[in-house]
Amino acid sequence: MSNIIKIRNISKEYNMGVEIVHALRDVSLDLDKNEYVAIMGPSGSGKSTLMNILGCLDTPTTGLYEFNGLNVGKMNDNELARIRNKEIGFVFQTFNLLARSDALHNVELPLIYAGVSSGERKKRAKEALEQVGLGDRITHKPNELSGGQRQRVAVARALVTRPSIILADEPTGNLDSKSGDEILGLFAELHDQGNTIIVVTHEEYVAEHSRRILRIKDGLVESDIRVDNSRIPNGVREELTS
Amino acid sequence: MLFLHELREGIRIAFEAIRANKLRSVLTTVGVVIGIVSVTLMGTALEGMNRAFDESIESIGADVLYVQKFPWFTGGDDWWVYRNRPDIRMEHASALERYSVIPQAVSPAASAMAGISFRERSVEGVFISGTTHRYTELSGTDIMLGRFMTQAESESGRPVVVLGSEVAERLFGVENPIGQLVKIRNHSFRVIGVLDRQGSFLGLFSLDNRALIPINRFFRMYGQRRDISIEVKVGSIEMIEEAIEEIRGIMRRERRLEPWEDDNFAINQQEMLTNTFAGISMVIGGVGFFITGLALFVGGIGIMNITFVSVSERTKEIGIRKSLGAPGRSILMQFLMESAFICLLGGVLGVLIAYPLSLIIDQVIPTAMPVSIVIIALTISFLVGIISGFLPAYRASRMDPVEAIRHE
Ligand SMILES: Nc1ncnc2c1ncn2[C@@H]1O[C@H](COP(=O)(O)OP(=O)(O)OP(=O)(O)O)[C@@H](O)[C@H]1O
Ligand SMILES: [Mg+2]
Repeated sequence: MSNIIKIRNISKEYNMGVEIVHALRDVSLDLDKNEYVAIMGPSGSGKSTLMNILGCLDTPTTGLYEFNGLNVGKMNDNELARIRNKEIGFVFQTFNLLARSDALHNVELPLIYAGVSSGERKKRAKEALEQVGLGDRITHKPNELSGGQRQRVAVARALVTRPSIILADEPTGNLDSKSGDEILGLFAELHDQGNTIIVVTHEEYVAEHSRRILRIKDGLVESDIRVDNSRIPNGVREELTS
Repeated sequence: MLFLHELREGIRIAFEAIRANKLRSVLTTVGVVIGIVSVTLMGTALEGMNRAFDESIESIGADVLYVQKFPWFTGGDDWWVYRNRPDIRMEHASALERYSVIPQAVSPAASAMAGISFRERSVEGVFISGTTHRYTELSGTDIMLGRFMTQAESESGRPVVVLGSEVAERLFGVENPIGQLVKIRNHSFRVIGVLDRQGSFLGLFSLDNRALIPINRFFRMYGQRRDISIEVKVGSIEMIEEAIEEIRGIMRRERRLEPWEDDNFAINQQEMLTNTFAGISMVIGGVGFFITGLALFVGGIGIMNITFVSVSERTKEIGIRKSLGAPGRSILMQFLMESAFICLLGGVLGVLIAYPLSLIIDQVIPTAMPVSIVIIALTISFLVGIISGFLPAYRASRMDPVEAIRHE
């Protein structure tokens, strides 16, 4: 397995004028291909901050971050945008779909910034929507979809570029348990297909789906435990990766 | 390739945004609309003025000089100075005819306004000119019907008249006027010809509402002691300066002016009209430019403001797009396109409003909205959009994605 992410002693500080907030203090982390990691911790512990840094939306104040062997800390805004576009798929708690665009266009978006031609874009976006079970909803706008369906559109958008990792920040936080399960089922499937997934969550049952649980507290890694969790059948792997 | 995709997405977003905020977009464009209306109308009016001027100036002839008491264009203060000058008289015309060598022809002309009647029909306010048989040579006007006065008729002051086409039409309708007797100030004149149609001067007054009679007949009717104008045809544009100097010399000698005295007559020429017209055009153009500039400036500020509003409304969208890998330039383009197309919308509205107004102008000065001014107007409005959208669009492109996406 090859190393996707290598983090060494990163910190993130917010200068609030009167005081400095240490969102992350000293975090080191290695992440391999096809890992499924859950990041857990109390509110305010720095989970989202870490997630944003991992996703190249934000940069650490100090420390080293290498993505596929590239030093992220040395990248300019355009290079970061390129990494986000090609290598990272985000899934947010609040879905973050464009309200005025239909499901298909929402999923197409990252491909536009990747310079994929219109025909190819439509084809791939449709495939991604079919993969998340929304092949019959492609012309629906977000407000014409249920919460669970919206999050599935977001998952389709995250995987349409075939990124190196999928980052999900509390993806089930706004969903009922049934819809949440559907999303977790999707993640399991994606993981079986060889995708790398990082999920931030509060809920233990979400973490149970993962193979590695990273607990952080006050900006520090409290524990990093690998679990051999083989509940999910791997039978679909061959079928979907072909 | 990537740029094109981003541009297309930018345009798509722009149209979506404009459609979603139709009323707001239209209201925002008011300033731009006013600017574009003013620039197109000004262009249209100037086009008409130029056209009318070019047509009118043709009737004057570029190589004809006018020796007159008043210069054609004067400051108001000098009016009394000119007023007190001695009149131009027939003897000056004779002297010019006798002594000048450069000009081809010299013809005196005196004029007055009078009514002309034929039986029970009459036309008031006709421009009556006393002139000579050389008139057609000088003016370049042709005879449409009949003939012009002969040298004999001109010198003996026979009661013959050549009518302007408008006068002929109003007095005779479809009848043939040649050989008929008309009355001017109760004197009978025989109609010997009708002039070609000449249209109007700058759309202000008709050049066809006139009648030409022998100048000697004119003096008998109106008296000898009258200020006249002497038309001198130089024959070639290159010789104009020399001709002016020659005429000046002859006139000064006739008037017995000492070397230190100023000319007490004016030698007018078409160029003065052209220059004055160019001056007027420039003033109109300048005023129009100022109004246009002001309106577009105010309009541009409005567009900038609405783009700022749009950026702040769509902060979250910017964050989402950035998280999906949209580079700054793509966000920049999105908002530039939005402001540019809103402005272009204003430009189109402006042209649509200006068009019927240009038809009204057409009633006063015959004109047509030039295609070039439409293209210029639309280009200007597009550019105003780009310029005024730049600041907010740039700010959007520099937004921090984490903060933007958290924005509600
Ligand atoms: N932009 C910011 N400016 C100042 N402080 C910030 C900023 N973003 C995060 N923080 C602070 O950093 C710390 C970590 O925040 P973070 O959002 O990473 O927490 P979290 O673990 O995701 O919490 P939650 O579970 O509630 O989402 C918090 O104390 C927060 O107040
Ligand atoms: Mg969080």
